[in-house]
Amino acid sequence: MGNDHIVRSYDEELNRLTGLLARMGGLVEAELAGAIEAVSSRDAELATRTVRSDARVDDLEREIGEQVVRVMALRQPVASDLRLVLGSLRIAGDLERSADYAKNVAKRAVALAQLPVLRPVHAIPRMGTVVREMLKDVLDAFAARDVAKAVAVWNRDEELDEMHGSLFRELVTYMMEDPRNITGSTHLLFIAKNIERIGDHATNIAETIHYLVKGVPLAGERPKGDGTSFSTVGAEGAQ
Amino acid sequence: MDTTIIETQMPSMLGAAQDAGIPVKIEARGVNVHYGAKHALKSVDIDIRANQVTAFIGPSGCGKSTFLRCLNRMNDTIESCRVAGSLRIDGDDIYDPTLDVVQLRARVGMVFQKPNPFPKSIYDNVAYGPRIHGLFNSKADLDAVVEKALRGAALWDEVKDRLGESGTGLSGGQQQRLCIARAIAVGPEVILMDEPCSALDPIATAHVETLIDELRANFTIVIVTHSMQQAARVSQRTAFFHLGTLVEEDDTATIFTNPRDERTQGYITGRYG
Repeated sequence: MGNDHIVRSYDEELNRLTGLLARMGGLVEAELAGAIEAVSSRDAELATRTVRSDARVDDLEREIGEQVVRVMALRQPVASDLRLVLGSLRIAGDLERSADYAKNVAKRAVALAQLPVLRPVHAIPRMGTVVREMLKDVLDAFAARDVAKAVAVWNRDEELDEMHGSLFRELVTYMMEDPRNITGSTHLLFIAKNIERIGDHATNIAETIHYLVKGVPLAGERPKGDGTSFSTVGAEGAQ
Repeated sequence: MDTTIIETQMPSMLGAAQDAGIPVKIEARGVNVHYGAKHALKSVDIDIRANQVTAFIGPSGCGKSTFLRCLNRMNDTIESCRVAGSLRIDGDDIYDPTLDVVQLRARVGMVFQKPNPFPKSIYDNVAYGPRIHGLFNSKADLDAVVEKALRGAALWDEVKDRLGESGTGLSGGQQQRLCIARAIAVGPEVILMDEPCSALDPIATAHVETLIDELRANFTIVIVTHSMQQAARVSQRTAFFHLGTLVEEDDTATIFTNPRDERTQGYITGRYG
């Protein structure tokens, strides 16, 4: 079966949609990279530029939403086309949320740059590397409609969750040792949480890819490596 | 950690799950149709469920209308047409040589693409079938049959004051509903519709589609349509025909969200098949 529609302009409209998504994905990747780099290099100027770049991501999300409405109204897509159009809308939503988290990381990088260096900050670029790879892989998986690659991203979120959990425990200990660490540690906690949330959105995108390619949801319990919602660090941890 | 991924069909979209308990009205097994040397239908198996709307879709010449016409032996009139295989309505063999075809067509009514009212009054159009089949005892009886059929076709309120006027003077949509009234006046069990809305404007189409949905309570409906949106709107089951083969038959929602066969996918999304 050929992949082209009989009506060529229909293909052009679907291509425009996936093109917009690719551009949006690229911008979110850049925003995330800038935010992580701003934290590790204490670069307030880069952080500020990164925060400003978020507006373009929001514009693209709006544009994608309009394109989806247009295709739905004019073409009444069905089957794989319908799944692609709806999937694009969901992916755009996940990308927009991811960019918001990256923006928040960048904002906190501005604050952190004015505080003394905290030792646990070294964990941020490591988490950043993992989440950037996840985002890149899941966007590649979408472009190639590669379900195996999407599922690999989905499985990788556990690694990120574990890194977040371990940083959480380290930071709580650190704050107990010296209350002067609390401001910086709190920013780092939120930064780590934001990165961890971006990983969750990458797994959402992986699930969407699975559905839009196969027509059935990706079912099964996703591995969870993050127990921070339940974790406590006792006073003995401060020894 | 290895995570097991289970791919599941969404139960609500599985045709088989929905069919449980719905009786079969018409059962076709190994139906083959030839027009002379042309093999028009190849070994069609399908269960048409009672009180559901089943839509037949597919490109021109795929055999969908041919199959529809087998269901009330409309193909009998075509000299070169040969039908083989088993077709049963409630277990009765539709092609039993001793079967009275006129009786069969009272059980399995038909509505055509172009509204084709007789050049008679609205009343006489609807009364035509009941008169042939002697389905009434008195004038009052016949009046009641006509009114019931016109109400059933959602036409009564529009024509009750001019039953004596010619059926051909109605609008296209009204004419088509008149033809539906004529079909249901003889109390059929199954109504076949061959592109019933293709000559109608969108408003008239919406009225007929609403009517089809209401008729489903009392009749089993099989509709051939070139409009896939119409199939999606009015039917519970959709069957896709291609080159004389029944490619796929499933719950309509499944066909339009996740069809199993590549050919179905190609056709309904508007790609080359």
